[in-house]
Amino acid sequence: MNYLNWIALYTLTRREIVRFFRIWSQTLLPSSVSMVLYFVIFGGLIGPRIGVIDGYRYIEYIAPGLIMMSVINNSFSNVVASFFGTKFQRNIEEMYVAPMASWVILLGFISGGIARGCLVGLIVTIVALFFTKLHVHSVTVIFLVVLLTAMLFSLAGLINAIFSKKFDDISIIPTFILTPLTYLGGVFYSMHMLSPFWKKLSYLNPILYMVNAFRYGMLGVSDVPVQISLLFIGLCSVALYFWTWYLLEKGTAMKN
Amino acid sequence: MKALTIRNLRKVYPNGIQALKGIDLEVAEGDFFGLLGPNGAGKSTTIGIIASLVIKSSGVVEILGHDLDKNPTAAKMQLGLVPQEFNFNMFEKCIDILTNQAGYYGIPYAKALVRAEYYLKRLGLWSKAYHAARTLSGGLKRRLMIARGLIHDPKVLILDEPTAGVDIELRRTLWAFLQEINAKGVTIILTTHYLEEAESLCKQVAIINHGELIENTTVKHLMSKLHRETLVLDLKEPLASLPVIPGFDFVQKDEVTIEVSFMKETSINQLFAALTPLGVQVLSLRNKTNRLEELFLNLVTDK
Repeated sequence: MNYLNWIALYTLTRREIVRFFRIWSQTLLPSSVSMVLYFVIFGGLIGPRIGVIDGYRYIEYIAPGLIMMSVINNSFSNVVASFFGTKFQRNIEEMYVAPMASWVILLGFISGGIARGCLVGLIVTIVALFFTKLHVHSVTVIFLVVLLTAMLFSLAGLINAIFSKKFDDISIIPTFILTPLTYLGGVFYSMHMLSPFWKKLSYLNPILYMVNAFRYGMLGVSDVPVQISLLFIGLCSVALYFWTWYLLEKGTAMKN
Repeated sequence: MKALTIRNLRKVYPNGIQALKGIDLEVAEGDFFGLLGPNGAGKSTTIGIIASLVIKSSGVVEILGHDLDKNPTAAKMQLGLVPQEFNFNMFEKCIDILTNQAGYYGIPYAKALVRAEYYLKRLGLWSKAYHAARTLSGGLKRRLMIARGLIHDPKVLILDEPTAGVDIELRRTLWAFLQEINAKGVTIILTTHYLEEAESLCKQVAIINHGELIENTTVKHLMSKLHRETLVLDLKEPLASLPVIPGFDFVQKDEVTIEVSFMKETSINQLFAALTPLGVQVLSLRNKTNRLEELFLNLVTDK
């Protein structure tokens, strides 16, 4: 029966990837446009007035954070939109009627989120090359952080979609939680620039660890030790995986 | 072996509504089974539980001997579902909807494509294979739902109001198709509001009302419970007044149409023997089609 589940997983993953390619102008393009604006305004116009941070020009310093921001937003929004659409149109029933294990539904949806997050991350990286020189300190850390972060936010998107009852509910988390955390997660500044209170408070922001771990992979500098960041992202991913699996297994907000 | 076995099935919704009050039901393999009942009777809840879309409160469901709790994979492999409401992704192409559904059942893509082509052709949808589902008419969407329910070749197919809102021609086409797959050995369980549909297609029917099974028998046996027969007579000329014949009750439908009801054991010859001296000329006659409806209403009203 494992064979059955692997085919089901392949099918759902393919469906998810085909979905975001079908609507590429809504899924792949917007981040590129935003990145161009960020690089022009923050990197080109404001950056030279800020000067150097941790030995790097401002535009070089913010580039990893901007790439990571795209990965986070796209992996989250891909899964939340796709799963909520599936639930809203009730084609989640196609999966519940079939002998698909809950872990297959889970991995199928988050595979789509990871794929889009990584692809948009790659597109944004290429866009960044038009504005600045990119550094590579550790390829392993770069890939590990991108994959784990995309997975973590895909899981978060799935949980958001599971509990959402209307379209408004899927925009509340991105608007009021994800975006503020991303902007306050050290994308545009170093923790050293903050007062001790705000610095301590920032350590409660999970996005800080991802941005800094990715920055370490590219620049070799980070406000948080990379091992701690990776451990934090890994533990969060495991916790969210089991929570999501439990919700799907119980049919929370979908069955009954 | 029974295609479907339900034992003491209960469902209480979180709001306290008791949708099913301990239903026992068996459907024989190869049967064409009708599940009838008024709105809110518990039909959809029953189907939802069988199809793993609703969590039951208690009870046992077996599909071809496979317990849905103990061996869900084997049980689900045997079951196909055609829900009442369109629940596919409207933005996906028809062929993708079918191949994806096949994939969820573990059918490899190449094989799924062959099956999808077969069912799309068989149900007259091949020309729409690469069109988005939202572009289909209501009737074609209904056919797509049936194709999707059959894509993994289930041995038991459940159809929830499959002909709701479709025109007569399509309804007849779907009936013929369902009879054809039933003849090939697929057990069909059908819910319908069209009692004529149940009468024409089903061998066995069960009636649910207020979460309880109030009847489970053959259509033939159910029909035999009808004590009265009703005929519709088309007359050559309008009547000045309705005939009065002992044992026959007349109702005027329009100027040249009357309905006559009488006990089943009464011979129709008596009717004509009485009408002829009164100068009533009958051009044609037919059975009133909603006989089962009458019985159904009697049953659910009695309870």
